[in-house]
Amino acid sequence: MRALNPVRSLALGAGLFASSAFAGDAISQTAKQPINLTAIGMFFIFVLMTLAITYWAASRTKSTADFYTAGGGITGAQNGLAIAGDYMSAATLLGLTAMMYTRGVDAYIYMIAFFVGWPVILFLMAERLRNLGKFTFADITAYRLNQGKVRTMAAISSLVVVCFYLVAQMVGAGQLIKLLFGLDYGIALVVVGALMMVYVTFGGMVATTWVQIIKACMLLFGGTTVVILAMTQFNFSFDELTTRAIDVHKLGTKLLAPGSLLADPVTAISLGLGLMFGTAGLPHILMRFFTVTDAKEARKSVLYASGIVAYFFNVVALMGLAAIIIVGQNPEYFEGGDISGAIIGGGNMVAMHLAKAVGGDILLGFLSAVAFATILAVVSGLALAGASAISHDIYSRVIMKGKATEKAELRMSKFATIGLGIVAVLLGLAFEKMNVAFMVALAFGVAASANFPVLILSMYWKGLTTRGALAGGYLGLFSAVTLVVLSKSVWVDVFGFAAPLFPYTQPALFSMPLAFLATIIVSNMDTSRAAEAEREAFGDQYVRAQTGLGAATASSH
Amino acid sequence: MSSIAYARIRNNPQFAQLVAARGRFAWFLSAIVFIVFFSFVLAVAFAPDFLAQRPFASSNITIGILAGLFQFISFWLLTLMYVRRANGEFDDLNKAIIDAASREDK
Repeated sequence: MRALNPVRSLALGAGLFASSAFAGDAISQTAKQPINLTAIGMFFIFVLMTLAITYWAASRTKSTADFYTAGGGITGAQNGLAIAGDYMSAATLLGLTAMMYTRGVDAYIYMIAFFVGWPVILFLMAERLRNLGKFTFADITAYRLNQGKVRTMAAISSLVVVCFYLVAQMVGAGQLIKLLFGLDYGIALVVVGALMMVYVTFGGMVATTWVQIIKACMLLFGGTTVVILAMTQFNFSFDELTTRAIDVHKLGTKLLAPGSLLADPVTAISLGLGLMFGTAGLPHILMRFFTVTDAKEARKSVLYASGIVAYFFNVVALMGLAAIIIVGQNPEYFEGGDISGAIIGGGNMVAMHLAKAVGGDILLGFLSAVAFATILAVVSGLALAGASAISHDIYSRVIMKGKATEKAELRMSKFATIGLGIVAVLLGLAFEKMNVAFMVALAFGVAASANFPVLILSMYWKGLTTRGALAGGYLGLFSAVTLVVLSKSVWVDVFGFAAPLFPYTQPALFSMPLAFLATIIVSNMDTSRAAEAEREAFGDQYVRAQTGLGAATASSH
Repeated sequence: MSSIAYARIRNNPQFAQLVAARGRFAWFLSAIVFIVFFSFVLAVAFAPDFLAQRPFASSNITIGILAGLFQFISFWLLTLMYVRRANGEFDDLNKAIIDAASREDK
């Protein structure tokens, strides 16, 4: 998921870890944990279960509609769980718990920023997405514009988002699995890549959806269990918990007050915008809205998803606070038994240590299996979204101009999945020792700046033309990428320059308005005959968007 | 779907009514979320001391935590309000509009 800083801290932690392991100093002793049999056993059960589901799903995946959108037959409750499963990654569980543990309420503020995009997606987008879309969000942006050009652009920015996100997930996965299961980084990557390819190529969206649903349930169950067990130590009293946490934490009473994290208003607003509208521009999240039967179910999915996400964030917040006392005061979890020193396995292990402290090896094994399952569910959703951009948008609509047979498109989508899987594993191996935090900033930045403005304008603004969409979309893509490259996470951390040229971490506050402006100005200047026809066509599109008349329906089996 | 059906719906005064009512409701709720959330973000940036205050003498809980919890709960309740009204009242009206358009086809 989508935790920006959490992912960053996860990736950063992992990166530091890898480099120290590389240096061969004392810390490298803990880089690879002893092989954890309980965790591997539980994960094995999860894999068997999901493979059985994939086998079942394969028999129901015959058409392109089955492959991309599970035939459009998913219910709102199922989709809500799957969206939550898609949105809450290992970084949510591990990174945000760790952040709460070290920074207190700052992490809670962060979680609100991650949550707040959901109501807005519901109010402004959910029903229109469902009523206008079929397989990819480019179906909507290209609805009344030039198919070839607009789809190509949407597919390019989708693939940029998917690839960077995928690599960030893969690198995090490799580091995490090394820590939790004691497997080699390379082996971990191949296991993740191979399982993802099996789920997606054979089971398509049906299997991916169920992997996400099962994982969401495991995550909710695991997190809730840890919190309940932990809270028994504080008589279920928030005040007892926080009083003891304040006593021992180096922040003292500042633990429960906003700190330095979002002290700069430009950073705070840029981050808020980036998370809010980035979420609304992530292709794998948008795609989930096409899997439900109608606009009614699309709305219900957001209701379930946002409820689950809000609940889980609060669980994570409590986990982080409880860990301050239960993990932070126990020498067993520190290097050399020194509680002022480093946590064994790095900061991201706080949630895992807490599980072990309150529930022994069984709960630790379960939570480790959950973390692995989480990675699989997230990469599967990403791979499917990437594959659909290649096979549906580029191959079927742009190259074959809609003349490809369904069979050929389906075959292409499977090749695309395998291709993406291989690319993800190779890039994951290549970036092992690098800090990949910038990739997540980039994914969100591009989603908010290239995908979101064109998508929302295509649904709301009659005046949008092909030229305007292309200008805004490409400018958004280019400016988001450029600003991230000039920011600290690439300019300083990757290229090694002394100071960043762009002082903020999130480009959205600058690149998103730029994309909107370019789209609107160029559209307004466009006096071509094609533009006239495109504006004319808005009327019919508007009726369909509002009423769902003519919307893609669920395929029957 | 034929352009004629779309044109017919566009000319149906009930359609204008549906679009206006649902749009107003959606933008109203979005505005609440935007205003509350970005006010909170600005408070974090400019008035962290205010958020650090403890409103109850007997509890550690701060205004910042309460504001966060309030947002999680109230934003979710807003989504509940929207879903209930859109899936009920608005969808009934929507169905009536589509039915009217297809009736005229016969």
